Parts: sequence; C-alpha cells; structure tokens
Amino acid sequence: MKKMRRKVYMTAGYNTISLGTGRREFNPKKPRPGIEHYIKEAGQAVLEKIGGADNVDESVIGNFMAARFNKQGHLDGFFPMIDKGLAMKPAVRVEGACASGGLSLATGIRHVLAETADVVLSLGVEVQNPVKAIYGADILALAGWFQKRKQGHAYFFPGQFSDRAGAYYEKYGYDRTRKGMARWYANAIENARLDPTAQEYHNTNPDPYGTALKMKPNGKVFVDNLSVLDCSKVSDAASGIVICSEEGLKRIGVDKKDAVEVIGFGHAVRDLTEDPKDLTELETIKFAAHQALENAGITIDQVGTVETHDCFSIAGILAVEALGLAAKGEGADYVDEGKTSRNGEMPMNTTGGLIGWGHPTGGTGVHQAVTIWQQLTGKAGDAQIEIPGDRPYGLTINMGGDDVTVVSIVFKRG
Amino acid sequence: MTYDERLQNVTVLGAAGKMGSGILLLTAVEMADLALKPENKGKAFILNAIDVSPEGLSGLMNYLRGQVRKIAEKKTVWLRKMYADRDDLIENFDIIDEYIFHVLSIVWPSTTLEAAYKSNLVFEAVIENKDLKVKLLSQIRENTSENTWFFTNTSSVPINLIEKDAGLEGRILGFHFYNPPAVQKLVELITTDNTKEEVKEFALAYAKSLKKVVVPSNDFAGFIGNGHFMRDALHGLKEAEALAAEKNIPLYKAIYMINKVTQDYLVRPMGIFQLIDYVGIDVVSFIMSVMNPYHEDEEIEHHLLDKMLEQGVKGGQYSSGAQKDGFLKYKGGKVVAVWDIHKQEYVDLDKFQQECDEMLGDLPESHVAWKSTLRMKNKEEVLKTFFDNLKTLGTLGAELAVRYGRRSKEIGEQLVNSGVAHNIDDVNTVMLTGFFHAYGPVNNYFD
Repeated sequence: MKKMRRKVYMTAGYNTISLGTGRREFNPKKPRPGIEHYIKEAGQAVLEKIGGADNVDESVIGNFMAARFNKQGHLDGFFPMIDKGLAMKPAVRVEGACASGGLSLATGIRHVLAETADVVLSLGVEVQNPVKAIYGADILALAGWFQKRKQGHAYFFPGQFSDRAGAYYEKYGYDRTRKGMARWYANAIENARLDPTAQEYHNTNPDPYGTALKMKPNGKVFVDNLSVLDCSKVSDAASGIVICSEEGLKRIGVDKKDAVEVIGFGHAVRDLTEDPKDLTELETIKFAAHQALENAGITIDQVGTVETHDCFSIAGILAVEALGLAAKGEGADYVDEGKTSRNGEMPMNTTGGLIGWGHPTGGTGVHQAVTIWQQLTGKAGDAQIEIPGDRPYGLTINMGGDDVTVVSIVFKRG
Repeated sequence: MTYDERLQNVTVLGAAGKMGSGILLLTAVEMADLALKPENKGKAFILNAIDVSPEGLSGLMNYLRGQVRKIAEKKTVWLRKMYADRDDLIENFDIIDEYIFHVLSIVWPSTTLEAAYKSNLVFEAVIENKDLKVKLLSQIRENTSENTWFFTNTSSVPINLIEKDAGLEGRILGFHFYNPPAVQKLVELITTDNTKEEVKEFALAYAKSLKKVVVPSNDFAGFIGNGHFMRDALHGLKEAEALAAEKNIPLYKAIYMINKVTQDYLVRPMGIFQLIDYVGIDVVSFIMSVMNPYHEDEEIEHHLLDKMLEQGVKGGQYSSGAQKDGFLKYKGGKVVAVWDIHKQEYVDLDKFQQECDEMLGDLPESHVAWKSTLRMKNKEEVLKTFFDNLKTLGTLGAELAVRYGRRSKEIGEQLVNSGVAHNIDDVNTVMLTGFFHAYGPVNNYFD
C-alpha cells in the first residue's frame, strides 16, 4: 500500500439513532421511517455543519442490501433529494456487505487522494426492520457465497460465527471464552447507555454480565454456540461524515482541531468461495489492520482507542488477537479482565459497537469513523473517554462477510 | 393402525368455527410434519375441513395461511433439515413458502358430510347442540368402518349421552380444547365407561405431540372448566344485581364494578363480564342450559343473560378475532362503555367510571397487574401480600373481591366433592392453563 500522498481529514460526523428492538420508540407494529428518511437526516445534518451542499464535490453512499430489505436500488440517486445542491454532481453507491460503510470511507479517501475532489460527502445506511429476522437472515447471507447457502444455518451468519466460537471453545476452553464473551456484551451495553443514539441506550439491566453469562447457547432454538446476546441486533440507521483535503477543510470553514486526520488505511479482501483457513483467526482483519498501522507508520501500542466490527462477541475477541493485543487463545481473558472496557488498557467500541450501538450493516463503517472523530475531538458527550497524549491515534476495523472484506483506518486529531 | 396411519385421514366438523379452525390448524400442522418424515414419503395425508359455510371455509384458508407462516417462521431451523434434500429450496423464504403450501395442500375444505366417510378420526366441533352432534356423528358412523374414532370438543354435553345416542360405543371421547386452541395449553380429556383404552392412548399421544397439558375430567355436564366458569359467572351476575340493589345504583354501574373487581382485584386476565362477552353471552347461556338439568340442587341459569339475548346483545367474536359488544362495549380491545339493560343503550365509561372507582376505594400499593405476574418468580409471595392487604382494607372493592375469591374456591372444592374433578390440582391446572389465571381457585389467599 502506497503512503498517503496528500493530507486527508474527516469531520462533521453525524449519526441518526439506531432504531430497532431495545429503543423505546420502536414498535414493530407501527409504520416507521423508510430508507429515504435516514439518508436525508444524516445527509442534511452533515451538510449543515459544512456550509451547505455547494461545498461538496462528490458523494459516496455505502449500503449492503436495500434492494432486498427495502426493494430499493440505485441509492446514489438519492443525493439530490438530500439537497438540490448535490444535483448534477458525481455520486456513487458502493457495496461490500457489512464493510459497505468502510468502502464508502475508503472511496472518499481515494477521491481526495486522487485530487478529483476536495470535499466528499460519505454516507452509510441500512434499514433492516421492514423484514422479519428469519427472512433478514436470508438477505444477510448474501454476504457469503450463495453456493453454500443451502448447507448453511437458517440464521446463516450467526451459524458461521457459531462455528468460529465452537472451534475457539474447543481449542481454548468453554468457560473462559464464555466469560470473555459475556464481558464483551456487558461493555457494549455500558458504553451504549452513554450515547443517546445507541440502540441499547434505554437498556436498564443492572447486571448485563451476569445475564449474558447465564444465557447458554441453545442450538435447538438458535445456533449451537452463540446466544442472542452474543449477536448484534437488527438495526435501522444512517451515519454521515465529510472526507476532505486541507483545501477542502478551509473551504468548509472547519478548524483542524475539529477534524481528524486519516494517517493511514488498509483494505483487503479474501476469496469469498473459500472457507477460513483457521476458524479461530480473523486473517483478513489481521492483514488489513496491520496494513493500516504500517501505512500510518505507527504500532498498536500508540493507539488510544479502537472501533472494531463486533457483529458477534466472538468477532470482538478474535479482533483483539488479530491486533496483537493478546496472544492467540488469550483474547477472551484479555476482554474478561476488563482491558477493552472504557477505562481499560485499550478502550474499544466506546459508544457500544455493533452489539450496543447497533449494526445497520451498510452504515456501520461510517458510524465507526464518526465515533473515532467524536472521541479524538472531544465531542463524544457522556461517552467521552480520555485519549492519552502518548497514544493519540484511533483505529477502525470494518468487516464484510465472514472476514472477507476489511477496511481499517488510522486517525489522529487534526 | 399406527399413530401415523390414523392421522392419514382426519375430519374436523365445524372447521370454520372459532374452535374448529384452531383444532384444524393444529391438526394440519401435526399431519404435515408426519408427512415430512422420510418413512411417510409418498403417502397421502388428508384433512377434511367440513363446515356448512362456504364463506367460513374460505376465511379458514386465509386464517391457516397466516397462522402456518407464523408457525413455520418459528421452526425454520427444523424445516431446513426436513427439506435438506430439496435442492430447489435454498433460502428461508423458499422453505417457509413450501411448508405453507405443504400444510394447505393437506386441508380439503368441503361443505358435504360425505367427505368424512373415509376418515380414521373425526373431530367434532360444531355448536353446542346435542341433537345436532348426534345426528352428524350417527350419519358418519353409518358410512364408515368400525375403526373410525370420534373426538368431540363439547364443553358441556356429557359424552356418554352422545356415545349412546350416536351408537358409538367405546369409540368416542371428549377432547376439549380451550379458546383459542392454538394458544391455550389445556385439553380436558373425558372418557366414558366404555371408551376403549387404545382410543384414550391415541388421544394422549396426540395431545403430547401438540404440547398440550391434559387434565382428565369425569363425564359430568360442563366438566371442570365450565363447571367452574359457569358458577363463577353466576356469582358475578348475582353480585352485580345485589350491589345495584344495595347501593341503589343502576345495574350498568354495578356491572362495571364487578368486572373491575374480578379483573384488577382478583388479578385475572379479564373481568368476569368481559369473559362472558369473550365466550359469547349466547354460548354461556346455552352451556348453562345444557348443564342445568343435570344439577337438581342448583339453578344454573340467570335471567340477565336471557334479557341480554332478548335485546339482541350477544358478545362473541368476529371472524377476525375482534371482540363483539356484549355487556361491555369495546374499542381497540379496550372497554369503553357498559350496556344499560333498562334504556337498552351503552353508557360511556367516562360518565360514571370515576364515581364507581371512588365507591370501590383505592387498590393497596401492593397491587400487582395480572400480566406482570406471568414471569414473576416470587408470584405466590407477591399475591399473598396483596390479598392479605385486601382482607384488612375495608373498602367495598376489597370486600367484593374477598367474597369472590372465597366463592371461587368453594366452586373448585365442590367440583372435587361432586366427583367431576379427580383432585384439587386438576381444578387449579384447568384454571391456570385453560383460563390463564395467575393462581388456582383453590388456595388459601382469601381464608
């Protein structure tokens, strides 16, 4: 991966609420806002912070499966609906399963690096609740190879990561792993309670750790090795952020201290048609995250906070190992010891991550960047953590499919 | 004949009715699942849905389609295994649609009784009219083999009378579902002195497969469920009239108050008048008339029910499941008015509710809503505290509630003493699982 040839910044982040079970305003029986609403809300909120649509050169939207969740394709055509000022300007929709949001960011970064744009509006969106979970599982399964759908579980992706969890239990011990997974869940809930847009913001369980530990996986009703608390929920949300050059930052009138600089990024894909080599390792995450760190010229011990793709708690634990924070087989202990909690050695997913904040599949990558932007610029409100001076970097890891597409980005306050 | 073979050809009589449609749904799914077993591949499974109403049958098919989808969505993991060899069925969407089609194709709607003549098992769920039941079952008996068994869903008519009059010696039993059959866990099983052991064994196996709780009841009109409910309802009707007289208030106010006491103070899913409306005033009245002749020392009837029916107010439900107006008027499932039997019109709650609530007095702080008791681990303790408070409260509401609770217990004990129920536990199980009560009627809460 070549070094960044030009400074790239992100700013003006915005998240809609992540709507779904858990939010008090969510009622599955009542009509809810459609995908247009989310695109509009996130887009307009970002434009408002950057002096309007006239300042935008190009737009990108990341989305996974609106064509099936919402029977809607051609999402780039929605940009002029956000603001008439975006009409007759370039826009593109990108897709890489649950890494679609990350691809939206990577595409924006490349546009700025390519100097075809100084200001790119980057959005990510998914509205999943129109479809019941049992059918949503079919749609999400398209992030895998369709030739393998038939032999897969009814809940295809939980099935895939259940197999990963099962392999981990067998290799490293059931109880210690379950403890790590329960702690991952508890951290997610505790962090989400500090962010008013999070899906678990209204969660009042006094003992999420105990609840998760007590809930044993049951293959008869769900999958063999995961309980529902090990899984991210079904979410409707959009996130938006602006990606710009130094010139772009001046144009939109945002001070550098209110922006984060993209120091480096990694982007890699693995063969969709092949099974993972080792179920207890996230090979592509490992590769792309190290590529990002190398591209940025830093090491993991200089990173102050990480937003990682915990679509399942086991994915969080495996990411800890992929990053080298813990040795193989020790990620669960690392998490259970509280090292990834907001006050721990390496605070991860400080607004709840996918399990706590929500997982609007195609929007998640952008949401992660917004959280890092908030944390590094002191805009995280009640969820704000302290970023140590000697570890000023933030890292995102956004994964599509079963460790197939990964975008990882290193940020620093501008 | 094995269990599977018996279920290869079944008939439900009165299939479009409230109970019949639920029985049909459960049986169709049971048969469809048997048909999916590898050893049953290629065998025909037929479920005749017989009803006099073509419109009803058409509605039934729509009901089935919606319900089977819900059932399929809950067992997709299992269905994927069953359809593992079907390469054309890949996504959950495909598999669920196929299963719905599979279940519906087992159901053969018909308006003629001849369709039942090849059945090995006949479920009877027509209206509570002994003569009609006897007529239909006799006609089927005359045209089928000796091997055909008969299950009646009657909630009140003694089985031995149907057995004798329809000439079905040993081949019939009472298999009484609760409303709605797809939801309520209870089945009352009533055998006669003649019922063959294998008929009973099959009934138990079938109930088990449907995950129902079986409570045996002796063959007395009304059995356990209606034996309790009808007397409990009579108490409510009498209490309402007495209250109106004693306080010199219009009857509709008293009806409102007794309904509230039986729901809120007794921690029940609905008040007694709402329950009468739910079952249908006409059905309640009919069941009482069936039971009454068999109870010489008791009057199981009430003139208020007759009066309501004379005034054309019947309660019951629309085919959509929505509640029809009865003693109470409903809007979106909530009570909004009460029938004034003198003026023959509904009086809106907001005109008198506050006054009546004040007469009843406040509920103690220990009050608990019925719904919240469902998942309570310390339910007994919470209920005991609340009912203990009621006993010392001294308000009108508390006094009516305690008297009601005691009467309810008395009815339960009477059912055991008169030999209808085998024991107290059976009575309590019926009320807990068939009526969804939070506690059994035979308890020490009100002593």
